[in-house]
Amino acid sequence: MPLLELKDVHARYGPIRALHGVSLTVDEGEVVAILGANGAGKTTTLRSISSMARTSGEIRYGGKRIARRSPEYVARQGVAHVPEGRGLFPELTVWENLRMGGVAGRGAFETEVKRVMGYFPWIERRRDQPAATLSGGEQQMLALGRALVSRPRLLMLDEPSLGLAPTIVRELFATVKRLNEEESLTVLVVEQNATIALEVASRAYVLEVGKVAVEGTSDELRRHEGVRKSYLGY
Amino acid sequence: MAIPARPALPALDVSPAVRTLILGLGGFLGSIAALVLIGLVLTQTEEAFTWSGYWQQVVSGLAQGAIFASLALALVLIYRATDILNFAQGEMATFTTYIAWSLMNHMSYWPAFALTLVLAFIGGAAIERTIIRPVEHRPEIVVVIVTIGLLIALNGLVAWIWNPEVKAFDSPFPNRTTEIGGVVVAIQDLGVLGVTLVTVILLWAFFRFTALGLVMRAVANSQDASRLLGVRVGWMLALGWGLAAVLGAIAGMMAAPSVFLDPNMMLIILIYSFAAAVLGGIDSPVGAIVGGLVLGVLINLLGTYVDFIGGDLRLPAALVVLLIVLLIRPQGLFGHKVVRRV
Amino acid sequence: MNVVDRNLGRAIGPALFLAAAVLVILLPRFMGEFRLLQFTLVAIYVIALLGLNILTGYSGQISLGHGAFVGVGAYTAALLSLGRPGLEAFQLDPPSWIPLGDGMRPIFTIPIAALVTGLFGLLIGVPALRLGGISLALATLAIAVSFPIVMKRFAEVTGGGGGINLNLPETPFGWDISTRHWLFYEAWVTAGIVFLAAWLLTRGRIGRAWRAIRDGEVAAVSSGVNPALYKTFAFGVSAAFAGAAGALLAIETAYVNPDTFPVGISILLLASAVIGGLGSLAGAVFGALLYVFLPIYAQKPPIFSFEFADQAPGVVFGVFLIVIMLLLPGGVAHFFRALVVAARTGRFRRRSRTSELA
Repeated sequence: MPLLELKDVHARYGPIRALHGVSLTVDEGEVVAILGANGAGKTTTLRSISSMARTSGEIRYGGKRIARRSPEYVARQGVAHVPEGRGLFPELTVWENLRMGGVAGRGAFETEVKRVMGYFPWIERRRDQPAATLSGGEQQMLALGRALVSRPRLLMLDEPSLGLAPTIVRELFATVKRLNEEESLTVLVVEQNATIALEVASRAYVLEVGKVAVEGTSDELRRHEGVRKSYLGY
Repeated sequence: MAIPARPALPALDVSPAVRTLILGLGGFLGSIAALVLIGLVLTQTEEAFTWSGYWQQVVSGLAQGAIFASLALALVLIYRATDILNFAQGEMATFTTYIAWSLMNHMSYWPAFALTLVLAFIGGAAIERTIIRPVEHRPEIVVVIVTIGLLIALNGLVAWIWNPEVKAFDSPFPNRTTEIGGVVVAIQDLGVLGVTLVTVILLWAFFRFTALGLVMRAVANSQDASRLLGVRVGWMLALGWGLAAVLGAIAGMMAAPSVFLDPNMMLIILIYSFAAAVLGGIDSPVGAIVGGLVLGVLINLLGTYVDFIGGDLRLPAALVVLLIVLLIRPQGLFGHKVVRRV
Repeated sequence: MNVVDRNLGRAIGPALFLAAAVLVILLPRFMGEFRLLQFTLVAIYVIALLGLNILTGYSGQISLGHGAFVGVGAYTAALLSLGRPGLEAFQLDPPSWIPLGDGMRPIFTIPIAALVTGLFGLLIGVPALRLGGISLALATLAIAVSFPIVMKRFAEVTGGGGGINLNLPETPFGWDISTRHWLFYEAWVTAGIVFLAAWLLTRGRIGRAWRAIRDGEVAAVSSGVNPALYKTFAFGVSAAFAGAAGALLAIETAYVNPDTFPVGISILLLASAVIGGLGSLAGAVFGALLYVFLPIYAQKPPIFSFEFADQAPGVVFGVFLIVIMLLLPGGVAHFFRALVVAARTGRFRRRSRTSELA
């Protein structure tokens, strides 16, 4: 049974329809990517899973229906969603942001936060800094760290590479890969940067205009002519 | 929410705590200096000016301002958490003060005080969950009307349950004066200032050091981000309203001994508190406190020393001052500038 | 929507207007003096609410101070009606730089009061540009609160707490109807004129500019609309309407006094405007009906009569406000419009687009 399953999900923001029947699955321990251009519906897909958008269709997580539950409920089931723009609390300090990650988490905060600081050692030095004063890369890492503190079963990342320098992006995705390999963390990552996403993910879906246009393993997509031309640049 | 990325601060920078301390101290000393300056000006313009009389007015203005500050803090608390301006805050305070009055017929002051705070908390949270929750995400004007409806309903309810006759309200502080450094001050005023100070410190400690306080601060920063972390935002908002109701109850019980208990007692105070909150910056708790104290002192001094204003034009005069400040600095003294993002 | 449908839709407005005109002419025959007074008040508040609707509903500026504008109009009309000689009879001695004639008839006092109040509104409108939603609400509240205080303070002009008494005007043209009856017509004719003026303003370019500003000021600017101009103008127009209403109020009740215009009036006017329906001229009519009749029915609800309501009309009124906002956030006018749309398309939208104020 897949950890996450979407069946024919439609989503809308008020009168605007964003998803027109998206179906996908994510198995436990996988890294799956969602690719596509701006406005294709990638962010909406994650928001649908987190119950932040109005949806119809079926969304199952660990076998349970989560489609029209509250976002808090979904989060407490072990779904950690790092949204576009990171969703940090700008006026709270780095430490306080991490602490918030532990509010509804499944592990003990003290243990988890030590683990996270193992991945991001610089956090200790910047504990008392307001989150708004961090650089873009540090904010992204803090957001990721905060998500990890809750010891999630499913980690969802929305455009983590947005606005970051290529070296930082590499570092970030390397960390994600490590997390997946060392801790069997299931990851669903939405990315415009298809190249780096396909390096880390084993499978991917390409969304266009709110529908799944292409799906397959990373290798298959790298060889797919349409994908190559539109998203990989060769 | 997209946060503009900034380069990391150099390690030599002073920690935020120290910076706050320095600013606070500076502000305090600056205010004393300003008051002295005003006093000096008045020695020239007023014939019957005495320094002891002046400081007496200042202290009594501060006590009045403390009451404004408490209610303003309640308004800011709710505004930060829910973006709602609660027009019914004053009437909620009146209602709880009447409850205190009834309780005090059966028990002594401080137990009645404490019980009232508990009841206020429950009442405030209940109002949020039942009346405000359905309209939280509706347009601003709809919520405004709902809080106004609440104001009118509570006002009527108070008059109906306890009759509208003016009543006396006990004060825990003796009705004497004492002398400090040659200045005669009423113990009542000192008591009010003391209670407010304790309240503010407790509230600050709650938000700064407890887990619940942290979660509430997070919710005020971003409801969506909090939801994604599993925070039950609805209950946090109810908590916020409960705390605000407690602040209102304290303001009411501190005001009642001097303004006497009647269904409309908090209406004027609400307007002053609203003004204080906006003056300080509607999203700034520090601003609410400073705004309240400044306004209290201001109206007292204006009323005493400016003949043209006298007793009856104090409110319009204070509001004129407020408007001038807002025109120069629309976000208030401590508020954040609203950046319009398209 | 086919052509017949659309023409029908366009015809509803003027048809209702004509029906209202007929009612106004005929009804007084069937009403007692007290009822006449009540419906005269309805007309007066229609005028005031049309103004508030333009300010808050169309141009999106929340005002808690409308009562003050009504008061300014009332006092202006009172002073002009009596004129200097009349005022002297009351031992009032306004400073000589205020231009007062010898006593004017309503046909002059109403427009002049409207003009004066309109200028006052423009004066407020300019600094209002700097203030955002909350601050503007506070500023207008400040004006509403200060108005009675200031009126009391400058007693040599305004008669202070005692107020000014006027004479009820005589029925002109030698018509054989009571004064109340004449005032009823006067009020409704003025209301009709103001309604037409409001209609012309809101359907034209100015109305579109207001709506654009309300829905998104930044976007409006990029469409070439100058928000400052239109917002200030909205303040002026809204104040002028309120001033006309105030003048009629002074004439109708033959008495002005600071306590007739407490801050509660401003708040109740806003509540009535919202419940009637913002962003819709018909909403002003519903709001005015509410404003005049609800306090009465709050005391003695026709459906259930319990003692409670007798003792606590405030509770009934307040609860009513809350319940209406929960059920009909777009106001009564929008509710009816949604019904009509639902009848035609089979879909019912509870919220109006115009209630989406920033």
